[in-house]
Amino acid sequence: MSKSDDRRAKAARIRHLLETEGDAVEANTAGFNRGRYDAVAELEAYEELKSEARTIKEDAIERLPELLEQVTETVEENGGTVYLADDAADANRYIQEVAAEKEAERVVKSKSMTSEELEVNDALEGDGVDVVETDLGEWVLQVADETPSHIVAPAIHRSRAEIARLFNERFDLEEPLETAEELTMFARERLGEQIRGADVGMTGANFITADSGTIMLVTSEGNARKTAVVPDTHVAVAGIEKIVPSVEDLSPFIELIGRSGTGQDITSYISLLTPPVESPTVDVDEPDVGFADREDDRDFHLVLIDNGRTAMREDDQLRETLYCIRCSACANSCANFQSVGGHAFGGETYSGGIATGWEAGVHGADSVAEFNDLCTGCSRCVNACPVEIDIPWINTVVRDRLNRGGDPDRFEFLYDELVPDEEPSGLDLQKRLFGNYETLAKLGSATAPLSNRMAEFGPVRSLLERAVGVDSRRPLPAFERETLREWYGERGPRVAASEADREVVLYPDTYTNYVDVDRGKAAVRVLEALDVHVRVPDVGESGRAPLSQGMIATADEQASAVYAGLAEHLDAGRDVVVIEPSDLAMFHREYEKLLPERSFERLRDGSYEVLEYVYGCLENGADPTALRTPEQSIAYHSHCQQRTLGLEAYTTAVLEKLGADVFESDVECCGMAGSFGYKQEYYELSMDVGDRLRDQFESPTAEDRLVLASGTSCEDQLDDLLEREASHPVEAIDPGGV
Amino acid sequence: MSTESGSLRRRFQDSLADLEVGVSRTEPASFEATLEDVVDDPVVGTPLPFDGVSLPTWVDEDPSPRTLEAATTGVTAASFGIADYGSVVLPSTEDGAEQVSLFPDLHVAVLREADLVPDMPTAIDRLGPTLRDGGSAILATGPSATADMGSLVKGAHGPKAVHVVLLEEGTDE
Repeated sequence: MSKSDDRRAKAARIRHLLETEGDAVEANTAGFNRGRYDAVAELEAYEELKSEARTIKEDAIERLPELLEQVTETVEENGGTVYLADDAADANRYIQEVAAEKEAERVVKSKSMTSEELEVNDALEGDGVDVVETDLGEWVLQVADETPSHIVAPAIHRSRAEIARLFNERFDLEEPLETAEELTMFARERLGEQIRGADVGMTGANFITADSGTIMLVTSEGNARKTAVVPDTHVAVAGIEKIVPSVEDLSPFIELIGRSGTGQDITSYISLLTPPVESPTVDVDEPDVGFADREDDRDFHLVLIDNGRTAMREDDQLRETLYCIRCSACANSCANFQSVGGHAFGGETYSGGIATGWEAGVHGADSVAEFNDLCTGCSRCVNACPVEIDIPWINTVVRDRLNRGGDPDRFEFLYDELVPDEEPSGLDLQKRLFGNYETLAKLGSATAPLSNRMAEFGPVRSLLERAVGVDSRRPLPAFERETLREWYGERGPRVAASEADREVVLYPDTYTNYVDVDRGKAAVRVLEALDVHVRVPDVGESGRAPLSQGMIATADEQASAVYAGLAEHLDAGRDVVVIEPSDLAMFHREYEKLLPERSFERLRDGSYEVLEYVYGCLENGADPTALRTPEQSIAYHSHCQQRTLGLEAYTTAVLEKLGADVFESDVECCGMAGSFGYKQEYYELSMDVGDRLRDQFESPTAEDRLVLASGTSCEDQLDDLLEREASHPVEAIDPGGV
Repeated sequence: MSTESGSLRRRFQDSLADLEVGVSRTEPASFEATLEDVVDDPVVGTPLPFDGVSLPTWVDEDPSPRTLEAATTGVTAASFGIADYGSVVLPSTEDGAEQVSLFPDLHVAVLREADLVPDMPTAIDRLGPTLRDGGSAILATGPSATADMGSLVKGAHGPKAVHVVLLEEGTDE
């Protein structure tokens, strides 16, 4: 299949999911996400708890070999058995042997993603064992023969009405089921019968403590409690990364996991079982023997699974994945996930942002290639992750690795001539186009307005769509003939350095320099109105564009060049002011991976978002009347990466200081996310994500307001979504603006 | 009663109110009458380890699978309660407290006020030695619940309702 056919097929698959599962996924994940914000807001020591949790996981993974030995000893002293399985087949073979030894006819299970990773149900069923999922969501999937669409709430893609239809079709019922209450009670009764008399109970484990051999299970239904306690044989399956040193280490995780995931302060049950447990079995064959009178001989097997985890631990980039506690925050906080769910944004087993790390580690590249591009790097999951994993970075690294394993493309030679990137032969042409946006912008600007007319020319658009997958429904940004640097070079500063309160280097990001030159001019005028001396240096692309395509080597080169171009200014005590939040986020986040530590810290500490800088000037005595007062009340959409850096409040504060009434959007992302919304295979998803923002800005509260957005791609997206044009906040306060 | 423990109790009661879990305070002498107001027949239970308080004779103290399945209420002791969360810590015992607290529609947890702890770290610190000694426990917070069928329903596999009977301080003195 050609690349173009691939893209169309992917677009069709996403369209199908948007139509069939999108509404239910959106309602559920958005609800979890709101719940998370509320729940963590009430948690006083939230940030400290996250750091504590992070430290415990770092330490545990560091000491993993030692902890594995310790937990094995402890569990065996307690009377259980530990089996360390190399891979899924090894684990399944062991579990099948246990089932065979017990002559098990029925195994009941509580929800476990690790057991999904093993596909242990298939293995047991192959031996003729009846396997019953007792978590209600998992049971729905078992009845429907589907896979989980979410790692915590596996059936969120199905609405109540769809579940009712499924049950009414599948089971011989006297009265059709309708309400959630009826469906739940039906499932409870039916599954209760399955648990009664089951031979083996299988659970996962959220955590395992090496000092006591305790497994912690986080649940709300109570099925895990029954699964572990009713039969006399308990098999717990868990990845080796689930071990923590001691019982006391559990506390921060208990406080974080429910809040981070579904927004509950705590789930109904935190089981802390040290098997074999003291509780008697519930033996249907001896219904009248009192529990206190039983002499049970309980059997416990802890099956610890490696399946690629040891290799992940040795991989400096994937190691962080092992800190994951599978809370689902990175899925719920992800704008794309909220639209399509785990059936698109997931691999063989895992779904959501961190799935890229898991799938790369346990299933390999093929499983990741399908969905990795759905992470746009918006970074909204970063602050949501209770163990502070840099999930976008893991996605970027894996994308880079996938790029390097790609096939040579037939247009390769063209690009090798045209673009200066550092990437391997075989990199997808679409990625290469977007990754080298600066080169394109330079060319486009130099040849404007011809380049703009060409770009809007029908046959060129169809060629662009066919060859590189730029969706023809998406208007392309028009290049300016005169760049910001050229304009400023001609015009020169209006506030002399000798008379200035401050000196600023205005970073000419690619988009501001070549496309939205007006917002650059507005920034210059605003800064000068505050008595700031401005320079616009000849510094190139930050590396954001190539990084978003997984082209790390190219981004790394560009980061070095940017730092080289700014270092002297920093040394001279000049502040770096950045208009485009995605570039500022490079300086504040990703450069940590690309530059030496001191360089990174120097640039991070010396660079500011433009409205943040304006806010600082005003706080330090600059005259606000030198700025324009926005004429209208405002609908403001901050930028995803700007919000992750915690900088959106400055824009609102400045606008309000100048007397404007500000309504702020609260969606996670506009959906455009740089080049993402231009891509043919993702255009419809991008617009679906954008619909949530449109709904907010077309609401009665916001419909007549002036639309402002801090990010380039957010502005473009808003232009496409709304009847009104969007502009940058700095343009709304520009004293020279109209 | 000290002010500090009084505020701990109020925090615990506030948390229970948020969870819509009922709570009754009682002196040992009125325990039976308090319990009688709360339960629905038939009632099973496991012996309470508190001095001066025991289950009334109308509670089946030695349940079997059959009486457990038939019971509407299960009464068990909680080792301690966590004020911040409204959680009760239920120990696993050889006489089946795990089952009794899990199978019937109503779980009544009996807890001494003196056994309230403020927060999660304190609770887990307290559990450490028990678990290292081979013990097991459930931190139970409110009734069993699920949202898997399209909206929140109480009573998925476990109790549909929970009630806490608080034994006033000084119970064991």
